[in-house]
Amino acid sequence: MIEIKNIKKSFGEQQVLKGISAVFKEGKCNLIIGKSGSGKTVTLKTMVGLVEPDEGEVIYDGRSFTKMNFKERKLIRREIGMLFQGGALFDSMSVEENIRFPLDMFTDMSVAEKTEQVNTCLKRVNMVNTNKKYPGELSGGMKKRVGIARAIVLNPKYLFCDEPNSGLDPKTSLVIDDLIQHITEEYQMTTVINTHDMNSVMGIGDHVVFLHEGYKYWEGNREEIMQITEGELFDFIFASDFLKNLRRNAKV
Amino acid sequence: MKFLDDIGGYLIMIRHAFSRPEKTAMYSKETFRQMNDIGIGSLSIVAIIATFIGAVTAVQFSYQLKSIGLVPMWWMGSIVRKGLILELAPTITSLLLAGKVGSNIATELGSMRISEQIDAYEIMGVNTRSYLVGPKILAAIVVIPMLIVMAVALGILGGWAGGVLGHFFTTAEYVRGLQDNMKNWDVVVMFIKCVFFAFIIASIPCYKGYNVSGGALEIGRASTQAVVLTSIMLVIVNFFIAFFLLGE
Ligand SMILES: Nc1ncnc2c1ncn2[C@@H]1O[C@H](COP(=O)(O)OP(=O)(O)OP(=O)(O)O)[C@@H](O)[C@H]1O
Ligand SMILES: [Mg+2]
Repeated sequence: MIEIKNIKKSFGEQQVLKGISAVFKEGKCNLIIGKSGSGKTVTLKTMVGLVEPDEGEVIYDGRSFTKMNFKERKLIRREIGMLFQGGALFDSMSVEENIRFPLDMFTDMSVAEKTEQVNTCLKRVNMVNTNKKYPGELSGGMKKRVGIARAIVLNPKYLFCDEPNSGLDPKTSLVIDDLIQHITEEYQMTTVINTHDMNSVMGIGDHVVFLHEGYKYWEGNREEIMQITEGELFDFIFASDFLKNLRRNAKV
Repeated sequence: MKFLDDIGGYLIMIRHAFSRPEKTAMYSKETFRQMNDIGIGSLSIVAIIATFIGAVTAVQFSYQLKSIGLVPMWWMGSIVRKGLILELAPTITSLLLAGKVGSNIATELGSMRISEQIDAYEIMGVNTRSYLVGPKILAAIVVIPMLIVMAVALGILGGWAGGVLGHFFTTAEYVRGLQDNMKNWDVVVMFIKCVFFAFIIASIPCYKGYNVSGGALEIGRASTQAVVLTSIMLVIVNFFIAFFLLGE
């Protein structure tokens, strides 16, 4: 479980987060949704410490991340996996070296054990036999899958995904969503996902937080979202008039 | 204000660059990779430039001395050797490497920053300043002095070829000059220059690349700035080392 309390963050004059509190539960896919520029990425980066909040607290299972020093944070980071928007694979390393890197750096496993773990993860994301390929040779969807494999190689308790579907076709998006959902349930991870893909909201939205103009505007699950008929969230979900009318007519 | 920020940021980066590594084996592997990139990657260009600089030094100095006429031509060996050790090899090699290695480093780190690879390392709990910056500086300090020593040797060879082919002196005269008036201090000064230069060539581009924000355009800009700033720092530091170590 991850708890954020009253997170505020400004860049210069612009206050991006104006006091956001939320609880993200374990074994569930927790979604943060909102318009482009609403502060989803900043929220995620604040949670993992890539951005320091001006105010507020981030708590991992009772441990206050915000108050920790670099050394203490490092211990928590061993429990965190993150999938970046573009995959963020290390260019100079092959797929296998990418996934093995956390093992090389932080464990004393033998070469055989490491290789086995790498192959298990590659299998998990359906990328067997790509060990020797380099990131430059992979498609966007494949990069994301390798990114997921690297994120889960140390069996993290917390998984963060920044727009796992951006730039992917709807079919591939579903594959990635399913993968994240299955892994989350299998390992009982606390997973936090940024997205503006409505398919994801409907598919894996166990718990959804809607950000609007720096505030948490709404919170609920995918069933509850379907009940909405007006307001900012309604505008966001049913962006086109066509969809809005479809929704309104369906209600009658 | 920006300037002071940069100096502060640079010093903080240097301090972190040499903090204790998490896993020594991974750091030494990275250091060897960098040594290979910087050293082997620059061998041929340094070799070509040093040889021709030596040759042209011999030819042009001989031409001038000949027109004065009072100086014996065997001095040429000594002039070429001293010029290469004290100034030409360290400075020209370093300016060259500022362009080649410097832009490489700034571009590599800049694109790692933009594509969130640096963030990915951070998330894993890797101290990126020590893992990405430290090995580069260390590798430069080991490899660049070697390149400069090679530049001296090839420059001397080039000088011999240029002078003999141009009929300015004989091989025997040149060798006599090379052995004449040899001062160990010159070599010490050269190595001091090498270490300072290597540090500058690696650290300034690291700072510029590590702190890129924005997109591809900014990577290019940071890389150019890194080369310009590195070159300027090289000639300034070069002057001060010469001034304090060679001045009376
Ligand atoms: N490092 C930064 N410096 C200055 N402003 C920033 C920085 N990072 C984010 N911002 C600003 O914060 C706001 C929110 O950005 P953020 O990236 O969190 O949006 P987002 O919700 O993730 O959008 P998208 O869906 O397009 O990814 C934007 O207006 C952006 O300009
Ligand atoms: Mg974003």
